[in-house]
Amino acid sequence: MKNIWQILVVDDEEVMCESMAAWLREDGYRVDTASRGKQAVEMAAQTDYAIYFIDLKMPGGMDGIETLMEIHRIHPEASVVIITAYATVDTAIQAMKEGAQEYIVKPCNPQEISMLVSRIIKVKNLQRENAILRKKLTRQYNYRDIITKNARMQDILQLTQDIASLRSTVLIRGESGTGKELVARAIHFSGDRSTKPFITVSCAALTETLLETELFGYEKGSFTGAGAQTKGKFELANGGTIFLDEIGDISPKLQADLLRVLQERAFYRVGGSEEVRVDVRVIAATHKDLQQAIRDGNFRDDLYYRLNVIEIRIPPLRERREDIPLLADHLLERIAREFGKEIASVSEGAMRMLMDYDWPGNVRELENAIERACVTTRTRVLAEADFAFLEREVSARRAWSVPAGMPLEEIERRAIIATLERTSGNIKEAAAALKIDRSTLYDKLKRYEITR
Amino acid sequence: MPIGAVPEELLAATERTVVEWFPFDPYRLPPLPMPPSAWQPERGQYESVTIMKALAAACPPDAARLLGLTTADIAIPMLSFLFGQAQFNGPIALVSVSRLRQDFYGLEPDHDLLLERLAKEVLHELGHTSGLIHCADPQCAMSLSTHVGLVDAKQASFCAVCGSQLVRRLTSSNG
Ligand SMILES: [Zn+2]
Ligand SMILES: [Zn+2]
Repeated sequence: MKNIWQILVVDDEEVMCESMAAWLREDGYRVDTASRGKQAVEMAAQTDYAIYFIDLKMPGGMDGIETLMEIHRIHPEASVVIITAYATVDTAIQAMKEGAQEYIVKPCNPQEISMLVSRIIKVKNLQRENAILRKKLTRQYNYRDIITKNARMQDILQLTQDIASLRSTVLIRGESGTGKELVARAIHFSGDRSTKPFITVSCAALTETLLETELFGYEKGSFTGAGAQTKGKFELANGGTIFLDEIGDISPKLQADLLRVLQERAFYRVGGSEEVRVDVRVIAATHKDLQQAIRDGNFRDDLYYRLNVIEIRIPPLRERREDIPLLADHLLERIAREFGKEIASVSEGAMRMLMDYDWPGNVRELENAIERACVTTRTRVLAEADFAFLEREVSARRAWSVPAGMPLEEIERRAIIATLERTSGNIKEAAAALKIDRSTLYDKLKRYEITR
Repeated sequence: MPIGAVPEELLAATERTVVEWFPFDPYRLPPLPMPPSAWQPERGQYESVTIMKALAAACPPDAARLLGLTTADIAIPMLSFLFGQAQFNGPIALVSVSRLRQDFYGLEPDHDLLLERLAKEVLHELGHTSGLIHCADPQCAMSLSTHVGLVDAKQASFCAVCGSQLVRRLTSSNG
């Protein structure tokens, strides 16, 4: 999470300081500014900033390099980025010798600076995570992130170990969010292919043509924009495993192509005439009922039997409720750490709520719910109120019990917020769903809005 | 509020976007002349902070937000260009269409594409005025675009997380 990191921008030019700070704030960082080197050093003594952006040329006694040296005296590990104009690049190189981590020439392109910042922050995050891990006794989790005490899930985990070193195709079935990719990874990384690539392709995300080039690559000039020969995912996965997610969504043509790869372990690049041979283990996954799709004529049965050599069906979270507390604790620990928040646990009442909920989006929805609760909570224990949004979803889906005695205004306010949340803020759609016109919805929003 | 001359269709498209996503009734102010001090002859661009200050000075007290729209190429001292700028949690936002046009990159003009990009940047900057920060979802309007390809990768809508944060910010009765 970004907002735990603070950045200091040091420049004598106010416009420079303010605009740079504003830009970084939009990215979620906490930013302070200083107009003098001396002031910057004083601020650094109070706060250990994650990054210091320091202008090389500053009037008033202390220039950029001196400021850098002073800050390094206080924080030897500080990441200092020296800002320079074209004319003074030589001095900037001098600054690197004095320990600046990087220098940038202004004006620079937004991509460059955004990458610079995220590169430094990524290292800081890692250092921080390692520090936390070192402090704590690392708990060992079962089979790389799959956490369970459910008997069926444990059978699945055992099966992933048994089949890990086979080359047979595997078909993983399960609702979305059940962790199909985690199971595929467990198979790959437990077997003798573990040092070879594990490549994921989400078939639903791409159109037929894009998916074809994604899977099989293309030859130079095979279509407009095909500048150079490009390898597809099958070639990249050579020796390893390819994970084809949402296999139920692919077109008849690609079904035929895929069948050929499974039968002959060979294919042609798009626009190519030379056969490419690969040794790839295929693990496919779907949330769809492929047998039904076959009956409907949307999926080839010969492909189905090729894929379904070993079938794994992952139960939805509501069929393994005993795992919810384990998962909730594990996710909370990870998310709280990412957010830099001190949240110790989920209260008993809230845990009961989580166990009662049906989780149509499965583990991923649980993860999102905990993340959301962590963002909004102001306490160290996640309580029922922090998961109030689940109640809203439950009441929307199930029979709705009338909140007798609640002020009408409050009922209306909640209904509007819930609807807007469902439309991700789209007012037009929300008004249509509530069957009122836009201006009425506006008036109501204004009434509940804090004017600023 | 247009800054200098801005084509009618761009203003109308901006208003449609605002109407669709925000609980504000858009109204148009007379064009604000580009502040001469914003011009940076050595860079051939306009300085965004100066424009933002001029917008703030022209902001009517009853306005929930003031969105400036300009065809000029804008930048800040540190960065070679900006698609827009916003006062974080404040009323002022600015969007430049200069680098949203295909012709800026020497390509055939594409009017529909321009309107689409404009809608995304309007959502993005107004999102900042409501306290949203950049989003890691590359399809979300709040993801950071450092070049126009990333603008095209976005959709003119918010992801579920940003959307619900926005709603909460716009409707919460206690801040
Ligand atoms: Zn932004
Ligand atoms: Zn988002």
